[in-house]
Formats: sequence, structure tokens, C-alpha cells
Amino acid sequence: MLMSIRADHSTVQKTPDSVKGRAELALNNEFLRRAVKFTTERLKSGKLAAAEEHGNWEEWRERGRQIRLHTIAHLDYYLEQFVNNARAHGVHVHFASDAKEAVQLTMRIAKEKQAKSAVKSKSMVSEELHINHALEEEGIEAIETDLGEYIIQLAHETPSHIIIPAIHKNRHQIAELLSKEAGEDLPPDTAVLAGFVRKKLREKFLEADIGMTGCNFAIAETGSMVLFENEGNGRMVSTVPKTQITFMGMERIIPTLDDLEVMATLLPRSATGQRLTVYMSVLSGPRRAADADGPEEMHIIILDNGRSLQLGDTHFQELLNCIRCGACLNACPVYRHIGGHAYGGVYSGPIGAVLTPALNKNMAEWDDIASASSLCGACYEACPVKIPLHDMLVYLRHRKVEAGRGEQAEKMGMQGFRFIMSDAKRLKMIAKLGRWVQKPFVRDGKITTQIGPLKGWNAYRHLPSLPSETFREQWKQLEQELHASGRPTVHEEIRARMEKLVAARNQSDHMHAGDMARSSDLQAASRLKAAEGERRDER
Amino acid sequence: MKVSLFITCISDVVYPRVAAAIVKLLNRYGIEVDVPDIQTCCGQPAFNSGYWDEARASASTILDAFEASDFVVAPSGSCTGMIHHYYEELFKDDRVRLAQAIRLKEKTYEFTQFLVQVLGIKDVGAEFPHKVTYHPSCHGTRLLGIKEEPRELLSHVRGLELIALPHQEDCCGFGGTFAVKMSAISGAMVEEKADHVLVTEAEVLVGLDMGCLMNIGGHLEYRGEPVRIMHVAELLEEGVRRAHEH
Ligand code: SF4
Repeated sequence: MLMSIRADHSTVQKTPDSVKGRAELALNNEFLRRAVKFTTERLKSGKLAAAEEHGNWEEWRERGRQIRLHTIAHLDYYLEQFVNNARAHGVHVHFASDAKEAVQLTMRIAKEKQAKSAVKSKSMVSEELHINHALEEEGIEAIETDLGEYIIQLAHETPSHIIIPAIHKNRHQIAELLSKEAGEDLPPDTAVLAGFVRKKLREKFLEADIGMTGCNFAIAETGSMVLFENEGNGRMVSTVPKTQITFMGMERIIPTLDDLEVMATLLPRSATGQRLTVYMSVLSGPRRAADADGPEEMHIIILDNGRSLQLGDTHFQELLNCIRCGACLNACPVYRHIGGHAYGGVYSGPIGAVLTPALNKNMAEWDDIASASSLCGACYEACPVKIPLHDMLVYLRHRKVEAGRGEQAEKMGMQGFRFIMSDAKRLKMIAKLGRWVQKPFVRDGKITTQIGPLKGWNAYRHLPSLPSETFREQWKQLEQELHASGRPTVHEEIRARMEKLVAARNQSDHMHAGDMARSSDLQAASRLKAAEGERRDER
Repeated sequence: MKVSLFITCISDVVYPRVAAAIVKLLNRYGIEVDVPDIQTCCGQPAFNSGYWDEARASASTILDAFEASDFVVAPSGSCTGMIHHYYEELFKDDRVRLAQAIRLKEKTYEFTQFLVQVLGIKDVGAEFPHKVTYHPSCHGTRLLGIKEEPRELLSHVRGLELIALPHQEDCCGFGGTFAVKMSAISGAMVEEKADHVLVTEAEVLVGLDMGCLMNIGGHLEYRGEPVRIMHVAELLEEGVRRAHEH
């Protein structure tokens, strides 16, 4: 896929069309690497400290997971409840099956209101829509009011992190961007820069016809939408303009206000290590007569855009449990080195590597991003709702192969793997062959030549050469030696421990078999037994 | 009681000294180790790349090799993790294989788990007067929950100075085929890991997975840094021999 990021108004930089190419670009960008590393490390250690301080983190993680699992399993029910309750508050609720429809709905509202400008608080869903671009094409000014998003907008880039959109930029780069906007030299001092942006945005808030927000959670029982933020801009966006449009992914639902308590604990701690977010707004409909402020009209656009494809998919449904905290990005050792843009999609890091292909129906153009992971599982460990992203990455790779889109060289390699590993005799033979083939390349017990399949490995490392014998080849002799040396008898205590374990295992096996027999799957159990018997007979 | 060794392909072909160390160490406790000859590889390289038929062909040799074993011990958290975490998924459509996979999972242990949890051994009586740092490999830690066992074993080794590895939980960048397919990212990761190892000024880097150690050690060597890499089993076995020499 060809994607372009405008570096400034005049030059158009083409980014490579593979994750590998984009990653290499990032790896050569020292500024980016240092900035991303600095902030992710800060966020990661903040999160770890906040989890530690919480005291019952694992238990709450499990609670969070259960809430999300339950909600997604009954999404149709809770979505309907939410919509009915929101409508009862006077909210206009719309459904959009894809980005195009959501944009059309937005434009219709904007035209109706004869809007000239819109202010936006942070919303990843709106990034899926490329809504700013659509508004600008109609001559409607769209201003990002979250500091990070504002910086990104000035730079004509896309966010490279779910929570910290400008994570790839350092203070000096940001000061440079804002100085251009201010028409004067601003020092790289966070307070000064934020002060400038605040002043600048204040005017925009007052002028804006429409306020656009995302939605962190939507509470089914109350019909309310909830916004988490730290800068107060979300409050301005949702109170000053006369019309509010909220973009919400269809999976943002939680059943009750009580569930919000769990999320309000998990989300900020996981995202930034804060105990609570600075502002949490629970909005239930437009301004009422007695309210001091609020929009006169409130719209919620509920977006599918590939989400419902995951429903009922045993491997990927849990993706919908994501609360977009960004903890998996901060924990990811790959993200730390390559940043967010290398992933090529709206969402980056481990969640992006899975979500982007999933939302895009696993299309070939997104096949490669699942490869950009060492499958270390740090994402799963960090995730407040325990989404097994490391497993999902493997499932994605499997789907690609099943769809016949595996790369030719890899396919051949894997056929070779199968040939060798399906029979130990062949493995032995290949080891022998390897020892012979390696001969001209070995120096001091290692191979340093960068040729063929060794190119990638040896560009950063030396490869140990194969020793003169495999373990198997040594085994006969070693076994005899050990035997001859006079083996002591096993200590009573050790033997008892082992026997106890085996006994416990056998007992639980019997119980499993009993469960199976009791279950409705009686026939299956007897088939299983019969098949096992056959297999034993074969040997 | 039949205790079998799952050699793992890397230890068989590239690091036979690791498998030998396990067998010798267990022998000291009177445990006779059986090494079924039909075993090959757990299938992880193919499984992780999405080639599950190929993975099954390899993993089936493991299922068959250990049918009669009471315990299976492996010098790898990653290969043990494969059996524990993914075999059920891999064989879910074959009831016979699935039953085999579940039985195998129940009796398969990573080496330090086997020593500490099963045998109840924490002090092997080793002596190893060197500065050592330990890298906890991702799969052992995250798929199997191995945290205390290696530390416990190392803490009882006389003369050994264990130096904490900064950012120890970070992946070393090995990831099997990842190191070849995404070599530049993997290279950046191993470079950072090696930096952290060097900060400790340790003479020896120990771990539970030869894949990761081959990666970090290979990079250290490439940089001309003389840090020795050892599997925990090797260190213990060498340490026991040393202690007995006196
Ligand atoms: S996958 Fe988990 S850790 Fe990553 S953003 Fe979603 S909730 Fe947060």
C-alpha cells in the first residue's frame, strides 16, 4: 500500500509500502527513536508504579476483562439499551456501517448548521474517518484542541500513538512548529508552548459552530457518554459550541455506572500511570433548561467500520475489549524502536498490528504488519483487559498462509522444515550435511559471512558453528559413561514428590474422563477412547 | 518413574553441551534420563510463521516420543511454552492428537521448574566464583510464569555474584524467524539488550533459552565483547564439578 505523509505543504514524501521499509526509515531517525524511547519508558514505569500502588491490580484486571467480555458477548442488547436511553435524553443517534457513511452523516449535520468551523477533542475513531480532511474540503475549518493532536495537525502528520499523538517529536521540534504558527521564536519550554496553544485555541472555541468529540465509554443503563482527558479541552468542546457530534466505536459500551468505576481505575493507570484522569465528563444529552452550559444539539455517530466482523470470531472477538489505553504500545520493544508510523495504519503498536488487519478484513495489503513482532508477550502482560495480542499475531500469520498469501521463499523454507522435522533420521542427516557445508565458512568456531539466509542474522551477530557431534550422536556414549560411574539411588523425598505428582495427575485425568462421560458428549468420549486404543495398537 | 529429555532441536544440533549438562546433573540425583530418538522439534518456527500443517508434522514427533514418559524435561522455556500454550490450539481438530497434547502438557517442565517444583532441589551444591547476570526469556516468564526458580537456584551457588540486568524484561529481539525476517528491528533490539548486559560488567550471561542466548551472545561477539553465554543448567553442572574438585 502506498501512503503519503506530507512533510510540509510543498514537498510530498512517499513512505515505503512495507512495514519493513517503514521500520528501517524510523530506525535511521535518531530523533524519533530517542523521543519515543524517552516517553514510552516514562509511561511504562508510571503504569507499573500505578499498578503496584493500586495493590489489587491483577484482580481488577480480571474484573475489567470480565466486564468487557460480558458486554461484547451481549453487544446487541447493551447497544440497544444505550441508544434508547440516549434518545430519551434527546440525543440524535446515528449508525454508520463504514467511514464513508460516518463522514456523510457528519457533513449533512455540518451543512444543516451552516458550520464554518469545528473544534475537536481527541478521538481515534475520527482518525479512521479522516474527518478533518473531509471538513476542510467543504471549506469548514477543523481545529484539533488536544495539545498533541494540535501539534500533529500543524505538522500535517497522523498520530503515532493512541494516547500521545506527537510522541515521535521532541520539545525542540515542537517549539519550532509552534514558533512558525506564532510568527515569533518560542523557547522549547513546555509551559510557554502550552500557554501559547491555550491562548490560540481559546479564540477558536468561541468561534466554533460544532464541537466534535470521541467517546471513551458509553453507559448503557444511563445513555451517557464518557470522556476522559487531561487538558480540559474536551470540556470546552462539549460545552461551548451549539452543536456537538460524538464519534463512537460500536464496542465502546459498558453496562452500568458501576462498571465505569472499574474502567476509570484501569484506563488512566494503564495509559499514563495517573490514579485518575484529570477530567472525566459524563454527558447525558444536550443542554436542559436548568443547565448552565452544554450544546443545544447533540449527535452520536456509532461506527462499525469492520468491528462487527470480529463478533463471533473465536480468535479475534476479544479485540473489541480494547479500551485504547496505549499500554501495549508503551510496553512493546518493537514500538519503542520504530514508533507508530511504521505500522502504516491509524492504530499502531501491538494493538494496531492486529486491529488494522482485522478491521480491514485481513486484506493482503495489511499482511505484513503481523510480522513486525518477536511475539514476546509484553503487550499481553501490560494490557488492563488481558487481550492476548501475542496469540492474535500468530493467528493473523496463520490466516495469511491459509489464504495462500505466504511468501514464496518462506513457503519453501517451511516445506524444508517439514521434511527435516517430521522424521528424526532426516534431522540427523541434515545436521551432518550442515557440518560439511559450513566448513569453508567457519573461523574460530563461528560463522561471520553475510550471505544467503545468514545475511540478516550476521549483519548484527556472529553465528556459532555446528559442533562436531549432535547431542544424539553423543548420547550412547554418555549414557554408558553415566551408567558405569555408578548412579546413586534416588533420594526418598524426591521419589515421594515425583510419585505424588504423578498420582495427582492420574486422578485428575480420571476426573476429566468422568466429566466427559457425564456430559452430553458421551459418544464423543467413547470415540476418543476407541481411537486411543487403536493408536496404542498401532505401536 | 520415567523421566525423559526433550532435547530441543537447537540444543541437539548447536548446543549439545546444554542437554548433556541436564542429563549429568539429574544423574547426580539418581535420575536416569531417557532420550527418545524419534523426537525432533516442537514446531514453533513453523507455528509462529503461520504454517500450522508443517508445525503439526514436527510437533507430532514430540507427542509420540513422550507417550510413555512420566516427566518430560526441556532446556527451554520457549519450547516448553509451545507445548503448554499452543499445542491444544494446534491439534484442536484431531481428538486423538489433542488428548496426547493435553497429557504431554501436564507432564512437561522447563528444566529449572523441574528441579525446583518437581524435585524440590534449590541448592545443587555448586560453586561458581564469577559475576553473572540473568536474562529472563519472554516465553518462559510470560507463558510459563517462571520467575523465582532460576534465581533460587543461582542464589545458592557459592561464590556467584548475581548482578541484576537492567530492563531485564525486555525481549532480546530473537523471536525465531523474526530475527531473519525483520533483521533491522531485531538488530536494534539485541543491540539495546547487549548494552544492558555490558552495564552489569558480568563475565557470564545465563538464561533458560539457547535461542535468546545465541542471539545476545552472537551480537556481543560481533561487537568483540567477551561475555560468556551459558544455560543455567550448564552453569550449575560446571559449578557442581568445580565444587567436587576440592
Ligand atoms: S490492547 Fe490492551 S493495552 Fe493495548 S490499547 Fe487496548 S486495552 Fe490498552
